[in-house]
Amino acid sequence: MSSNLIIGCSKDELVKIRQFTSDALEDQKVPDLQAHKLVLAVDEVCANLIIHANNCNPENQIEFDIQFNPKQIVFTFKDKGVGFDINQYESPSMEEIVSTRRQGGLGLMLVKRIMDKIEFSTEKNHNICRLIKTYP
Amino acid sequence: MTEINTDRKEDIHFISVNGEIDAGSSIFLDNALKEAVENNEKKIVVDLTNLNYISSAGLGVFISHLDEFETNKIKLVLFGINESVKEVFSILGLEKLLTIVNSEKEAIDSFNE
Repeated sequence: MSSNLIIGCSKDELVKIRQFTSDALEDQKVPDLQAHKLVLAVDEVCANLIIHANNCNPENQIEFDIQFNPKQIVFTFKDKGVGFDINQYESPSMEEIVSTRRQGGLGLMLVKRIMDKIEFSTEKNHNICRLIKTYP
Repeated sequence: MTEINTDRKEDIHFISVNGEIDAGSSIFLDNALKEAVENNEKKIVVDLTNLNYISSAGLGVFISHLDEFETNKIKLVLFGINESVKEVFSILGLEKLLTIVNSEKEAIDSFNE
């Protein structure tokens, strides 16, 4: 079973993708605590795509899809912005974040800790990022 | 939707954060903390009782002020975090960096320790 959504690259759209994800997870009876973390991971990736990959250009779009498989939930983001492979990015340490007084760096740390697998690829002129959560 | 209110009780500056803090609204939290610092507040309590959601943008705001607070001897205490939000704090180990208590009373009492 899958559901999909298209949003413009504006930070105002983040609430939309969170609600969409939350509703889909609720439909699938994912427990609240788990669902909250999954929504967060989706929000973090989406925020990065909006801000860094697409420069908050509302005319650019992100296609978002959730696929519910028997033992996995797969969240897929497609966009045409600047490609960024989360797997290649090394998050700064918490000490570095505190000492440099920076506000960024925590988002991808959260995504990596919440999700079991992150896949990144480029097909034709699309970037595709997949977040995978596996259930036993 | 985000709503931030401030209050004062004795010499403690209260900031209540309601709704959701994400990449679009974290600026409001940042502004509230900056304003408190500019007004020379030394005791700041952040009431998160009605905070439903916070992303890294919001968490980053707290973290980005830690060094400044230590330098300027400002004490920041958070209270009222719900289970889901607390889980997010613990994923990053933020409970070790921030003072988090369970109630407003505990927050106020923490300044007398």
